[in-house]
Amino acid sequence: MTDTQDNNTTISKTLYERIGGEGAVNASVDLFYRKVLNDYRINRFFDNSDMDKQIAKQKAFFTMTFGGPNNYTGGDMRDAHARLVKMGLDNSHFDAVMEHLGTALVEG
Amino acid sequence: MESVLTVVKMYKLTIEDNTYNCKPDETVLDALLRENVNISYACKKGTCHSCVVRSPDILPPEVAQAGLKNTLKKRNHFLACLCHPEYDMVIKLPDQSEFYTEGIIVVNELLNRNTLLLIIAFKNAFEFNAGQFVNLQRPDGLTRSYSIANTQQESNTLEFHIRRLPNGKFSEWLHDELKTGDTIAVSEPRGHCFYLPERSEQGLLLVGTGTGLAPLAGILTDALAHGHSGPIYLFHGSRDLEDLYRINEMRRLAEQHQNFHYIPCLSGKHVPEGFRHGRVNDIVLASLPDLKGWRVFLCGHPDMVKQMKTMTFLNGAASADIYADAFLATPS
Repeated sequence: MTDTQDNNTTISKTLYERIGGEGAVNASVDLFYRKVLNDYRINRFFDNSDMDKQIAKQKAFFTMTFGGPNNYTGGDMRDAHARLVKMGLDNSHFDAVMEHLGTALVEG
Repeated sequence: MESVLTVVKMYKLTIEDNTYNCKPDETVLDALLRENVNISYACKKGTCHSCVVRSPDILPPEVAQAGLKNTLKKRNHFLACLCHPEYDMVIKLPDQSEFYTEGIIVVNELLNRNTLLLIIAFKNAFEFNAGQFVNLQRPDGLTRSYSIANTQQESNTLEFHIRRLPNGKFSEWLHDELKTGDTIAVSEPRGHCFYLPERSEQGLLLVGTGTGLAPLAGILTDALAHGHSGPIYLFHGSRDLEDLYRINEMRRLAEQHQNFHYIPCLSGKHVPEGFRHGRVNDIVLASLPDLKGWRVFLCGHPDMVKQMKTMTFLNGAASADIYADAFLATPS
């Protein structure tokens, strides 16, 4: 990419494009999900999840969050997690997930 | 005011004997839904992968394959909801009635006390990727899926390993009634658990229990034939020695190929020399704790497959590099 193109497009570039697009999101989601499944505080919530489906959903969600092509059609967050709240899901678990999200994005 | 004639291109979509028009700006999914074709779908945005269909004749547009596994792309699968046709297309729906070919049984012998080696020959070349599966059909219509155990070769044959299941209607028929010279109906190949000749330095981990060895044997032969140079580990597990098979053949292959390692595992009490003792899952994870950059193929007992999918991922394999076909999950 030449300098002039760069100057013209930097501002309009989404965060998604700046972090490296699809390849970067795929790598970060794997990193993130691996951290989550390794964390004894929260991994029980994922016992019955299909890994492939969960990862596909995460990729779509990351992509949307970073302003990429918006393909996320997962349910409303409150409804989607209602089953887990019954299992005891609370703010401490949310914080744990956020911790992994943060480090995954830094490492990715 | 001058009227402007816009030339709009309509493409034809053909499913079995029916042809539909795909209007400009319509996706394949839009057109098929408008025509009341029964196709599964949900998000219409490429996320849920509910509407994966296949274009047997031509390469689908690249955007319509975004996010699919490499092996699905290779077989021309695509997402109907993301596909704006660039040509007329023939489309195969996933549950579409399949095209069956008659084959003749040429080999019918036992590999061990409960596993039958079945080789079916065809008049013409049968195209497939080693590791895929087909449906076999009995004359009364009863159908079961079995993995292909060989690679595509000039002899036009397919090889299967059929375990006799207690009260398994189909496997009992294959074991007890089918004879050499009989004909049998065989569907087109399906499934995305196969080897692609790319990244040949990559480590390959093959893990199977019981007749889960069948697709792995095909994948192994294919990888070796393509000169795969990275390490290849095959772990084959069962409870008793009597339920393993092809042991000597695999050992010979390991002697011939420095990069191939064969580890037969027995979880039962009696473990002769040359075999590892324990559950295949545990032995794999202890032997190969770091799977970063590896490609993984899993076939066999559903619990083993499910657990190993997670564990190989946790040990570093990328989710896109883990292959498993789910149909072995129904030994009923």
